Amino acid sequence: MAEQLDAAARQLIEVSGVAKRYAGGTLALDGINLSVAEGEFLSLLGPSGCGKSTLLRLIAGLGAPSAGSIDWPRATYDASGQPDRSIGFVFQEPTLMPWATVFDNVFLPLKLAGKTRRESEAAVIDAIEKVGLGGFVRSYPRQLSGGMRMRVSIARALVKRPKVLLMDEPFAALDEITRMRLNDDLLELWAGRGWTVLFVTHSVYESVYLSTRIAVMGARPGHIRDLIRVTAPYPRNEAFRTSPDYNEFCRITSASLRAAMAGKDSTP
Amino acid sequence: MSEDSAPISPATRVAVPVALGIVVLVLWEALVWYLAVPKFVLPAPSLIFKSLAADYPSLLVSLWITLRITLMAFFIALGCGVALAVLSAQSRIVEISIFPYAVILQVTPVVAIAPLILIWVGLDHVDRALLILATIVAFFPILSNTTLGLKSVDHNLRDLFQLYGATRWQRLRYLQLPTALPYLLGGMKISGGLALIGAVVAEFVAGSGTGAGLAWRIVESANRLNIPRMFAALILLSVLGIVIFLLMAGLQNLLLRRWHESAMQRER
Ligand SMILES: Nc1ncnc2c1ncn2[C@@H]1O[C@H](COP(=O)(O)OP(=O)(O)OP(=O)(O)O)[C@@H](O)[C@H]1O
Ligand SMILES: [Mg+2]
Repeated sequence: MAEQLDAAARQLIEVSGVAKRYAGGTLALDGINLSVAEGEFLSLLGPSGCGKSTLLRLIAGLGAPSAGSIDWPRATYDASGQPDRSIGFVFQEPTLMPWATVFDNVFLPLKLAGKTRRESEAAVIDAIEKVGLGGFVRSYPRQLSGGMRMRVSIARALVKRPKVLLMDEPFAALDEITRMRLNDDLLELWAGRGWTVLFVTHSVYESVYLSTRIAVMGARPGHIRDLIRVTAPYPRNEAFRTSPDYNEFCRITSASLRAAMAGKDSTP
Repeated sequence: MSEDSAPISPATRVAVPVALGIVVLVLWEALVWYLAVPKFVLPAPSLIFKSLAADYPSLLVSLWITLRITLMAFFIALGCGVALAVLSAQSRIVEISIFPYAVILQVTPVVAIAPLILIWVGLDHVDRALLILATIVAFFPILSNTTLGLKSVDHNLRDLFQLYGATRWQRLRYLQLPTALPYLLGGMKISGGLALIGAVVAEFVAGSGTGAGLAWRIVESANRLNIPRMFAALILLSVLGIVIFLLMAGLQNLLLRRWHESAMQRER
């Protein structure tokens, strides 16, 4: 397990003193310090508007922080000084190209990397089947339900087999059953591949079920209030969901989240 | 179209306007005979069709001349408009330098610059002047619509392309151009009609070159008080305009029907 190894050597992402002020004047994040270890499943949990999406986008390299730095100590840097992040990103909205079929949407990352359709076909179909949309390869996004579109978006993030997966509330729009199934699928993928996952959610239960660690965030300005380590072992399944351990972690996390949300009012 | 009406079948869609047209023609014919309207004021439909049948060799030549200028103007406007729009999407400097002049070209009445163009190309190249004038008229909707379309790219999709290291060319080819397509097609629909109007107005103003177009036939018929022939030329012009419009609408439907809201059949 990650924590048993030399922590400094396994650090994948190092966020130090990051603040983000938008052009409109909103201070979305302030004083964020966070190190993400390789192989970790880290959830960002917090109320709406506390800067979860902003932080995730900064980590992905979409936009620069107003202060502080985000380092990828283990990545090689290219000529323009950009780290080779090798990430998959799932946006809060499905963000599909409406003019392209499910296949072409999922194929996009490979196409942009210069791969041909033929050599990518197996990987694309595999990714689409993983999210349970095998029968919709030729459909257009318009013909899919909201949850199905989200799954296409997840397949697209998986297709390049990235080492780091950044997901912004990917399952928020899904029904309970699908959500649980995708949670399990995600855990399975994560366990099998040695990936690192950064997962934004506003569900306490989801974050506890999935994560090795939870960063509880508060708002105004966005900050990290608590870091909770969920020490329960994997594989986690239905049995874990009903265990006293799970309940205890949910209780701790809820309390921390409630404190973070209350703190929002006391520190204007 | 009103929302509450029952769906209208394609056959009805054609049959009803045709029936209305026939009723109007019959009424027109009857009134002209009944009121004994002189044929140089308002000829009866039968006379118009007789004139069309009698003069069709010369009218068809004129139709072809007008059609050729219209098509050439349309395609030149299409090429230049899209090229300039793509260019200005690449660089803000290009955009702000080009646009004012495009607007000036657009707002200056084509009738007013016709004499100037005529002098520039030489009086023995009137068809070139017609082509230039019709192109100027048809150009602006293509440029402004395509520019707007290229800018309307979904921000998250743009981020996604950035994440996967898309080149400028890939972004243009796979993201900006498909986004701009519905806007471009809208522009083409307007432009097709304007190219015809431009070709006709230019011929009114500049006269005809080596061969006489439909506008010239109208002027000529008016001078000779051959009103039935004038109507015949008018009918050919309208038919041409309708055909251009239908072709553009068909193209729009063909390219957009599978994904764009404007061309989707709504199922409820
Ligand atoms: N592009 C932007 N320009 C200006 N302000 C922004 C922008 N994006 C976000 N903000 C502001 O930054 C703050 C944090 O937004 P962010 O989207 O990161 O929140 P979030 O935690 O993801 O919320 P949610 O759970 O509702 O998605 C908000 O106050 C928002 O108004
Ligand atoms: Mg968000």
